[in-house]
Amino acid sequence: MTYLPTAEHDELRAVVREVATEQIAPRAAEIDAKAEFPWDLKELLARQDLLGTGFEERHGGTALDTIGQAIVAEEIARADATTSLIPIVQKLGALPITMAGSEEQKDRYIPRLASGEWLIAFALTEAAAGSDVSSNRMRARLDGDCYVLNGSKRFITHGSVANVLTVFALTDPDVGGRKGMSAFIVETDTPGFAVARVEHKMGIRGSPTAELNFDDVRVPVENRLGAEGDGFHIAMDTLDRSRLSIAAQAVGIAQGAIDEATRYATDRRQFDQRVIDFQGIQFMLADMVSQTEAARQLTYAAAARVGANASDLAYWTSCAKLIAGDTAMRVTTDAVQVLGGYGYITEYPVERMMRDAKITQLYEGTQQIQRLIIARQILQRGGVGASQRTQEQPRP
Amino acid sequence: MKIVVTVKQVPATTAEKRYTADLRLDRASTESIVNPLDEYAIEQALRLQESGAVAEVAYLSMGPESAAEALRRALAMGGEEAYLVTDDALAGADEWATARVLAAALDKLAPDVALMGMASDDARGSLVPGAVAAIRGVPLLSYGSELSLGDGVARVRRLTATGFDIVEAPLPVVASVTDQVGEPRYASLKGIMAAKRKTLETWSLADLGLDADAIHGAALTRVVEARPPEAKPPTERIENLGADEAATKIADWLAARKLI
Repeated sequence: MTYLPTAEHDELRAVVREVATEQIAPRAAEIDAKAEFPWDLKELLARQDLLGTGFEERHGGTALDTIGQAIVAEEIARADATTSLIPIVQKLGALPITMAGSEEQKDRYIPRLASGEWLIAFALTEAAAGSDVSSNRMRARLDGDCYVLNGSKRFITHGSVANVLTVFALTDPDVGGRKGMSAFIVETDTPGFAVARVEHKMGIRGSPTAELNFDDVRVPVENRLGAEGDGFHIAMDTLDRSRLSIAAQAVGIAQGAIDEATRYATDRRQFDQRVIDFQGIQFMLADMVSQTEAARQLTYAAAARVGANASDLAYWTSCAKLIAGDTAMRVTTDAVQVLGGYGYITEYPVERMMRDAKITQLYEGTQQIQRLIIARQILQRGGVGASQRTQEQPRP
Repeated sequence: MKIVVTVKQVPATTAEKRYTADLRLDRASTESIVNPLDEYAIEQALRLQESGAVAEVAYLSMGPESAAEALRRALAMGGEEAYLVTDDALAGADEWATARVLAAALDKLAPDVALMGMASDDARGSLVPGAVAAIRGVPLLSYGSELSLGDGVARVRRLTATGFDIVEAPLPVVASVTDQVGEPRYASLKGIMAAKRKTLETWSLADLGLDADAIHGAALTRVVEARPPEAKPPTERIENLGADEAATKIADWLAARKLI
């Protein structure tokens, strides 16, 4: 067991931080104000090979380890949470393919995702099926060599900018979502697909969250992921891993707020001394830093479990996302407090960071869902708490 | 066609600099980077390679063993191979000694163009390109805002106070470029991974057929004093005033210094 970052991790962090500080952070306020998807930064990330970190080298990816992938998300989120979602959602949308897809499906789609030529989105949530995934209603009816998809999806991150989606729909509605749902790869230029609207949001405003309509969308049978009825498990296996990225994003948001608060407290003078010289402010910053460090280390611990495909990885990623999301919310709120009135106005970035932080408590499973997952793990162990013995299992 | 870009490892621009007892920069105590002005030379070389005008880009540095990090960083941006001249006898080398070592290494590498940044971010002597050209007996094309190659000649566009000069010379040449050549690229992730597998060769003075005593004895300068820049006087702040009153105060301040 190692608790020290490797030289490669340090180098990776420095490289991503340089790009994020010089090119991404200066764009963050405008992206937020205009609520526009940052196509320029998507190109930048593609050019720097930062959209393919989770993909194998034979598909054009860089195959970073899971801690490295978390560092990339964290360092981009430190500058701008919206932009960090570009690599995060690229991974989220592709996970069903990399985990459950055939070699042919991987060869067809992953290279274009790794290069950033195409964007992908993960279309699971519906208006009436949020936390309760199994109550999904979208239908997929087999008709010859195609499935015909009908229904709509809601709150789909990047749904309006993606070239391809992984979509979950009922192939056997009689047995319900758990056993009757299947997963499909759907290209968004397929007739019958339409973006119904893009939501107006509190935070991550440059990352479009879309409602998607499917009206007799014909999807070739060869685009089904896994077997009929595998959809629910593919979705859960995906989320068990992808919420690690959200934990990393939350850590990055918190660190960004700490850095802004520290800089401001060092520059700002009141009562003839620097604000940071007041012990009350020092204690706040020390709490913010130590809580964020705890969240970061838990995130890396979870990342190591995902990398090892450990049997208890869902427990670890839920713990990490729960702690990191709550930490991001608390730390960004405190950063606004450190800046006082200046923290509340758009001239400084911490109010944006506070709005961005809130989403990390909501998406890829609310904090309450994380607690349910953690509690179920405790119950499965007969009431015994965390196991520190991690066993690798065969990849799904 | 082959370009060798010289690369110097320097302390980070914003890092606090310390000196050793014998008035040398204490490189161990500071974070080091690729000389930012050399990054423009690297960018120029890689653009020429991408345009097909140059087949091979290599890097050359003289410095402590840690300067290999700067060469790896350059290799992450692009190019094929790198050479580091490192030797205990070189500590404290001045511009002339540096130029002699680089010239000897360039004789061995025999590039069509030895390309340099316009200055180093630490010493800012700007003497090395001219000295290397003189020692090697090849033309110097200095301070180019753009370098182009063709028909056995190298050409730089050099900005002047009234316009620009186009200066050309037959190959081989030594050239230096300014920060006008275009923004240096960031190293991509694949570039960083690939750089670890590229050739990085280390040479001693003996490998270059140079005599340590002769090089060190050749230093033409001696540092007699080194001190940090004087602290700036405290900033005068004019705060919490109406616009008229503030403007008057600022105008008075400037007038008192005969600035308006």
